[in-house]
Amino acid sequence: MFAFIIRRVAQALLVMFVISIIGFGIKYSFGDPVREMVGMSVSAADREALRDQLGLNDPIVVQWTRFVDKALHGDLGRSFFYRKPATEVIMKKAPATLELVFCSALIILLVSIPAGIYAAVHPKSFLSRCLMGISIIGVSVPVFLTAILLIYIFAVELHWLPSYGRGETVQLWGFWDSGLVTLDGLKHLILPSIALSSIMLPLFIRLIRAEMKEVLQTEYVKFARAKGLTPWRVLMVHGFKNTLLPVITVGGVQIGIMIAYTILTETVFQWQGMGFMFIEAVERSDTSLLVAYLIFVGALFVTVNTVVDIIYGLVNPMVRVSGRK
Amino acid sequence: MDTLLDVRNLTVKFALRDSALTAVNNVSFTLNRGERLGLVGESGAGKSVTGFSIINLVSKPGFIADGSVWFDGRDLATLSQEEMRKVRGNRISMIFQDPMMTLNPVLTIGTQMVETVLAHRNVSKAEAEAIAMDKLRKVYINSPEKRLKQYPHEFSGGMRQRIVIAIALLTDPALIIADEPTTALDVTIQAEIMDLLLELCRTEDMGLILITHDLGVVSQVTQKVAVMYAGSIVELGETEQVCSNPQHPYTRGLIAALPEAATGSRLNQIPGSMPNLAEIPVGCAFNNRCELGKGACFTTVPQLERKQSGVFAACHELE
Ligand SMILES: Nc1ncnc2c1ncn2[C@@H]1O[C@H](COP(=O)(O)OP(=O)(O)O)[C@@H](O)[C@H]1O
Ligand SMILES: [Mg+2]
Repeated sequence: MFAFIIRRVAQALLVMFVISIIGFGIKYSFGDPVREMVGMSVSAADREALRDQLGLNDPIVVQWTRFVDKALHGDLGRSFFYRKPATEVIMKKAPATLELVFCSALIILLVSIPAGIYAAVHPKSFLSRCLMGISIIGVSVPVFLTAILLIYIFAVELHWLPSYGRGETVQLWGFWDSGLVTLDGLKHLILPSIALSSIMLPLFIRLIRAEMKEVLQTEYVKFARAKGLTPWRVLMVHGFKNTLLPVITVGGVQIGIMIAYTILTETVFQWQGMGFMFIEAVERSDTSLLVAYLIFVGALFVTVNTVVDIIYGLVNPMVRVSGRK
Repeated sequence: MDTLLDVRNLTVKFALRDSALTAVNNVSFTLNRGERLGLVGESGAGKSVTGFSIINLVSKPGFIADGSVWFDGRDLATLSQEEMRKVRGNRISMIFQDPMMTLNPVLTIGTQMVETVLAHRNVSKAEAEAIAMDKLRKVYINSPEKRLKQYPHEFSGGMRQRIVIAIALLTDPALIIADEPTTALDVTIQAEIMDLLLELCRTEDMGLILITHDLGVVSQVTQKVAVMYAGSIVELGETEQVCSNPQHPYTRGLIAALPEAATGSRLNQIPGSMPNLAEIPVGCAFNNRCELGKGACFTTVPQLERKQSGVFAACHELE
């Protein structure tokens, strides 16, 4: 198991290495740090002097090493628009996005597991057929359309829920602006979370249903029944535990992809998170902030995937035991 | 002797879109306490379905269409799901064919044993573990306390089948139904596992229904035998009598096909193959492969009757 964890962490570091090269590449090709510092109104000679001083005329490898070294110390450059360190801007926006992803993931888990299991156990029931029908629609309608529909129905027509923004937030631990602790904040979270989960949720229901159906056909499930275990134990311990492996694998990747979908969702709901910030940064050619976003999200993605892989190892005795030897 | 199991006119069907296939047709037999019965026949004869229908666990779309299964003074075919659950793995245990598939890969042996005890006995987890270790010793698995923490993939096929047998023993059942318990194993350990099973049935005074396609094994292990063909029992009697003096042409064919009976280097296979359930011929199901086949064989289904030799056989041409 220990060797397995080491291997996974090494892979994660390799991916981060590649991300750092891409990020640096973007910054090197498109960014103009001199502009970020002094604006446009400085003479060419002064600029050249400044470039020398900043080491922008050093060999690429030296510049890249410096870039990585700074990144490791939390310095991802300055945002030209906000006139602040990019890390600071991202840290200010990250809680909004992370809370959105967290709520969507929660919705996905709480709905897909019971729905998937139900559809596997009663494949022919009316409810299962409805679930499968709705899930096809869910997968095929684009997120922004779902979002607009939700806003139209629940905000514009019914006036039940607010249509944009985060509502009332409270600062926790001195840096985390949370919408999870106020009623208003929670109300604002509902529509965006549903919109964001609308693609993944049907995928998960289908995945869990398919895996569970297969597992329920196995000899060991039949044997569990022949042992006289309760139907609940057969279903959850013998059935669901075995469907967990593929679900964890796919789930890890999907959570990463969900971060990408936040860009769309946040734009539609004017959700002041990293995705919204990213679109603004693109419009303003705020290269440092773009690269900072890329690296931050990349790191997040890699961390989540590594943790998921390690959980997979913990659930799967084949990995756990062979790693132990 | 007192009767442990009395299966009467058991019929199991598989529901198709607009018809039903009869996989087990009007099967009746009895088993006394501590007695061992062999259920033999070619693949697809309905042996497994018969075994599973005794504990009312036929997989969908199968269902018990008719008949009764008397056990412990109750008809198992009419019990509620919860009542039936308390019989399964408790009074009647099963051993499956392929030990590589029978044990759950993500649960330890200990979990899979303890859960079985806890499903039927009101004991603590520690007591359940003690029972589990005791049974592992009975199937000659050493250092059981260590084994309980291991996963199925850490054991060989033979070891796994020993564990499955130990699981079957956990609740001291009155009857074990073993569905081809050695077929999936290495030839070298088949006899070993069969001997173990026989020894345990004797020492623990358990009844056994041994499902197999191997008449040789049946003659060594069981006292009674039922020969199945296309869903029906075609011959039923004392193992010794059936094996030494088979009556039904199908049983004769099976015995002639045994390797011990081979003439020269050739095996005497019965010509043709067992019909598909949807294409069972009118009259006797065996009529298209039988050298005795005459008029009545092609029109009327023969009933299981006592023949002169003392065994029961379903054949028009036998006295
Ligand atoms: N799930 C099922 N659906 C439809 N038919 C089945 C199913 N399981 C078994 N059968 C039918 O029942 C017959 C008997 O099967 P089985 O009892 O497994 O035979 P065997 O004697 O080899 O154990 C088979 O010929 C098969 O056609
Ligand atoms: Mg079978």
